[in-house]
Amino acid sequence: MSGIHPAHVLAIRGLDVRFRTEAGEVTPVRGVDLDVFAGRVTALVGESGSGKSVTSLAVIGLLPRPSGGVAAGSVAYTGKSGVTVDLARTPASAMRAYRGSEIAMIFQEPMTSLNPVLSVGEQIAEQVRLHMRLDAAAAWRRAEDMLGLVEIPDARRRAHDYPHQMSGGMRQRVMIALAMSCNPRLLIADEPTTALDVTIQAQILALIDQLRKTHGMGVLFITHNLGVVAEVADTVSVMYAGEMVERTDVRTLFRAPRHPYSQALIDCLPARAARAADGRRLIRAIPGSVATAFAAPGCRFAPRCAFRDDACEAALPDLREIGEGHVSRCRRWEALA
Amino acid sequence: MTPPLVSVHNLCKRFGQPPALVHAVEDVSFEVRRGEVLGLVGESGSGKSTIGRLILRALDPSEGDIAFDGLPIARISQRQMRPLRRRMQMVFQDPYASLNPRLRVRDIIGEALDAHGLAPGKARRARLATLLETVGLEAAHADRFPHEFSGGQRQRIGIARALAVEPDLIIADEPVSALDVSVQAQVLNLLQDLRRRFGLSMLFISHDLDVVELMCDRIIVLYLGRVMEIGPAEQVCRSPRHPYTQALLAASPRPDPDAPRVRRLLTGDIPSPLSPPSGCVFRTRCPLATEACARQIPPMIAAGHDHAFACIHADAVPPSALPEATGDDIR
Repeated sequence: MSGIHPAHVLAIRGLDVRFRTEAGEVTPVRGVDLDVFAGRVTALVGESGSGKSVTSLAVIGLLPRPSGGVAAGSVAYTGKSGVTVDLARTPASAMRAYRGSEIAMIFQEPMTSLNPVLSVGEQIAEQVRLHMRLDAAAAWRRAEDMLGLVEIPDARRRAHDYPHQMSGGMRQRVMIALAMSCNPRLLIADEPTTALDVTIQAQILALIDQLRKTHGMGVLFITHNLGVVAEVADTVSVMYAGEMVERTDVRTLFRAPRHPYSQALIDCLPARAARAADGRRLIRAIPGSVATAFAAPGCRFAPRCAFRDDACEAALPDLREIGEGHVSRCRRWEALA
Repeated sequence: MTPPLVSVHNLCKRFGQPPALVHAVEDVSFEVRRGEVLGLVGESGSGKSTIGRLILRALDPSEGDIAFDGLPIARISQRQMRPLRRRMQMVFQDPYASLNPRLRVRDIIGEALDAHGLAPGKARRARLATLLETVGLEAAHADRFPHEFSGGQRQRIGIARALAVEPDLIIADEPVSALDVSVQAQVLNLLQDLRRRFGLSMLFISHDLDVVELMCDRIIVLYLGRVMEIGPAEQVCRSPRHPYTQALLAASPRPDPDAPRVRRLLTGDIPSPLSPPSGCVFRTRCPLATEACARQIPPMIAAGHDHAFACIHADAVPPSALPEATGDDIR
């Protein structure tokens, strides 16, 4: 990381999200700290049930109501005006003004996020009419421009197309055009390329990267794919079972991870398998699977961890700063060095 | 000489009627050798799953021949196919959709045994216990229902069901794509163990090049229903000759932040299989395409032992200067 810190867009501190269910209260996210800076990409990595998507829904105020909500912590967002607000304490009615114009989101499956009965041009035009107060003609021109910006060939004609007339890759471009149409300061991308073929994924990642550079927005990129993380991220936060376990710059994460889960996650990639004497290429798999109920108060990774001792299961370890910009929630991080 | 376990010759599968005729598989030929794991890799619409289903005769081929253990099976009846089904089994992608939620594990696996009259009566319980332990589960799991298991455990049940009838060939269609990476690693290790233990041959279908390279002896790269390249896994992944294979490798994100990012992106989308391009099907996205590519379907050109590719610009394709993709040197 360079000496001068870019401006904060998002600073999450001590976030707990709670859901009331028939089986009682659950905390799918607890103690999350997360930063996103202008013009930078923060990747949020984790497997299913890690809480990465719930964290992003908490940021934009889309947790299911009334069963879910932020139980503790703050979500400081610094907007276009330079004023910082705590989104966790912003009423739902006021949140609506932020979504779309300040904070935009793209999801894994563009087909379910787009309106099937409006042409793609109308969907973008509608959004810019609402948020940028443009008249109909100007809004339509803006829609055409945005479709051109995301490199949809023959954009002026394709603006009249409906989502079902487009391929998955084109629909994801439309989602990005829609997200970018009001010049957001923060883009939340939740597995935006997971449903796409790799050659199309490469195009979409390059597009997001180019827009980040030209528009200077901060990106919160949620993914389970470590290859994509290596490709897009500046800093990475790793989540496991609802807890943030490590945060560092992308190079340090891959070269010197200091949480046993991050290390194990990198080691179990097929590309890192070692060849055994008998020709098998065995992967260092993580034993077991993510538990869904936690009896012990301690570290949630402890039952699968090669480094655990008794104290690990006694109490939840704190996030500790172990280097510049490097945070780990492991008591035994020094054993990994 | 013993014939290869599976041999496929000029296989074609088309769905529908003109003008809505989908060219799913076109003129595909290959062999699955005894004891080998052969990978079928490609993006959506490449025909990889259709080929697996054609070999199982879950679909009827439009043209071409399939032989299983020397026996022609492309046009035999489903009744004649039945005894062969015991010898070829499928492992599916989605462990949530491929197990009957109303059956206990013992009945899910038991169905496979009953269908072929195996392990009747008292032998059943012991056979179930052995099978479950073989895939890393416990004998006591036989009495549970699928919803009581995690995704990885369910995939193990699916594998136990396939193994129950002692098949010669396993067709695994994206067997780890629905699993988290940490669980994916466990299942890939298990499949490698079982392959060695039982001398299984496998047709391994996947879109993930890293997984295919890890699991397979040889790889076939498919695009829009046609074979682009075939060869030993290491050669195809380290020195790909077809421009599509090269593009596919270049587009796959590598888990190394210092890996070179300069890459030639393929432009455009995969064309519709309703109207595949004339000549070489890849030409509409190929950086090397010329007018000649539209005129003829490129023949397979040998590129050394066991390695061939379908591109008329053979000499123009440099053995790609891809950096080593081992990962061993990352740290």
